[in-house]
Amino acid sequence: MNTWEKAESEMQRLAVNLALAKSNIRSNDLDAVFAGDLMNQCVGSSYGAECFNRPFFGLYGACSTFAEGCILASLLVDSGSFSRCGVIASSHFCTAERQFRYPLEYGGQRTPTSQRTATAAGSLIISCEGNGPYIREVLPGTIVDFGITDINNMGAAMAPAAYDTLTKYFAESGKSPSDFDLILTGDLGKEGHSIICDFMKNAGYDMYKSYNDCGLMLYNADTQDMHAGGSGCGCSASVIAGHIMKRFEKKTLSDILYIATGALMSPSSLQQGRSIPGIAHLVRICDSRDKE
Amino acid sequence: MNLFWDILKAFLVGGAICSIVQIVIDKTALTPARILVCLVTLGVILGALGVYKPFIEFAGCGASTPLTGFGYTLAEGVRKAVDEKGLIGALTGGLTGSAGGITAAIFFGYLFALIFRSRPRD
Amino acid sequence: MKINKQTYQKYAKQRAPSSPLFKDMFFAFLIGGLICAFAEGIYNLYLYLKIDETTVRTLVPVTLVFIATLLTGIGVFDSIAKYAGAGTLVPITGFANAVVAPALDDKSEGLVMGVGAKMFTIAGPVIVYGVIASVIYGVIYWISGVIS
Repeated sequence: MNTWEKAESEMQRLAVNLALAKSNIRSNDLDAVFAGDLMNQCVGSSYGAECFNRPFFGLYGACSTFAEGCILASLLVDSGSFSRCGVIASSHFCTAERQFRYPLEYGGQRTPTSQRTATAAGSLIISCEGNGPYIREVLPGTIVDFGITDINNMGAAMAPAAYDTLTKYFAESGKSPSDFDLILTGDLGKEGHSIICDFMKNAGYDMYKSYNDCGLMLYNADTQDMHAGGSGCGCSASVIAGHIMKRFEKKTLSDILYIATGALMSPSSLQQGRSIPGIAHLVRICDSRDKE
Repeated sequence: MNLFWDILKAFLVGGAICSIVQIVIDKTALTPARILVCLVTLGVILGALGVYKPFIEFAGCGASTPLTGFGYTLAEGVRKAVDEKGLIGALTGGLTGSAGGITAAIFFGYLFALIFRSRPRD
Repeated sequence: MKINKQTYQKYAKQRAPSSPLFKDMFFAFLIGGLICAFAEGIYNLYLYLKIDETTVRTLVPVTLVFIATLLTGIGVFDSIAKYAGAGTLVPITGFANAVVAPALDDKSEGLVMGVGAKMFTIAGPVIVYGVIASVIYGVIYWISGVIS
């Protein structure tokens, strides 16, 4: 029987194959695959990566999975342990919806702050050779929980985590938002996007010029009924691996910060009345290896 | 003319009940499942207190179609069964009274689940 | 800048745009009202067809359930419900939709543990609490009958 779950695994396989083709290597050249999705026990990735027959790490970081994979892969490649790794993250509206919310045909109304799980997959090859773009710096996030319990307002649940990671990064590096062409949060949506703008402004950082959000970029807010924007592992993965990499190729970007945010709840934790823990991993992508 | 008046009453009363519940949905964080549970229980209580029967006599399907009416059917079934069979009626009456609706939902639900597939909304 | 948890929760709640209440209420009234008016219409139609009244009382919800399950199956119900909100949720149509929707979704997990078991994930509580309330009422009614 054809299932949405199988479709998502197939999307992962296609995305990895496309990334391999673009970097001119074969799957056998990969030392490891880091994969993640939103399904229970991460099965979408297990079935998706099965055909590559390479060492496999299944990750779960909710919508932050892609950055989590990039961080682990780049650290391992940087240390010399691996020379080439594949990173893949995917989400499918139909598999995520029935797991986290309601059945597809259920007649419910969404609140304006709710986000739509994107049906998307994105894959990057992290390699010790090649001519970029490069992962220049990474900053793994900590779990930040401000007690938001509304599953329909994940932007507000994840924003404090993004704020935490961003301020830590700026404080440690001494840089400011204007040093970057683009600062991109994973998928905070409309709500999270403006919360970040507010908070960063209060902390003395002006984000307005260079800041955008993958959840807002993936869909056309005017013609597509997405409420607060897209979400899901595949959302930021496809924006980074697709749109952003193309802009690096065209040389319209040279230095960006990618902060993938994740809301780490489960349906049972929500029913037990627990709040939604957020996480935000930061990855800095540059067009040159030794940019300060 | 009588028919028109009956339908108008059903429209107004049924619509009013729905829009009141809509306020509850928008203003609270209650999930739809909780709201349905509350409505059914409320229907049983109002049926037990004898308030719902005159309401149905007035509004017809405007009062019996909302889920409170489903609760009323349960209460009414129990009352009848206890009258006829004594205490055992408390166990048999409710589902007897509402058997049609529940069985139809299960049967047609199963049937259409076999025929159709779910699709994403776009 | 240190942010206090309680302050943040209040801030997030305050700034979150709320659902358009009057628009939602209008559609709930309109569509919920139309469903009830339609029920009243077929009620009278069945009576006109000389079906006896006790049967009609069961037949009307059964008809509505049939239509709601069919519309759910062909994928129309959720598109109406998106606007109607409580208008489709509160009438028995909402109950019927809650039975079929998970059954359709979980068909892939098989006919027994998928369709058979998942049918009641949303609608089950309605039956459970309705039946419990009715049993409690039955017992109270019986006791009050014995006493008097």
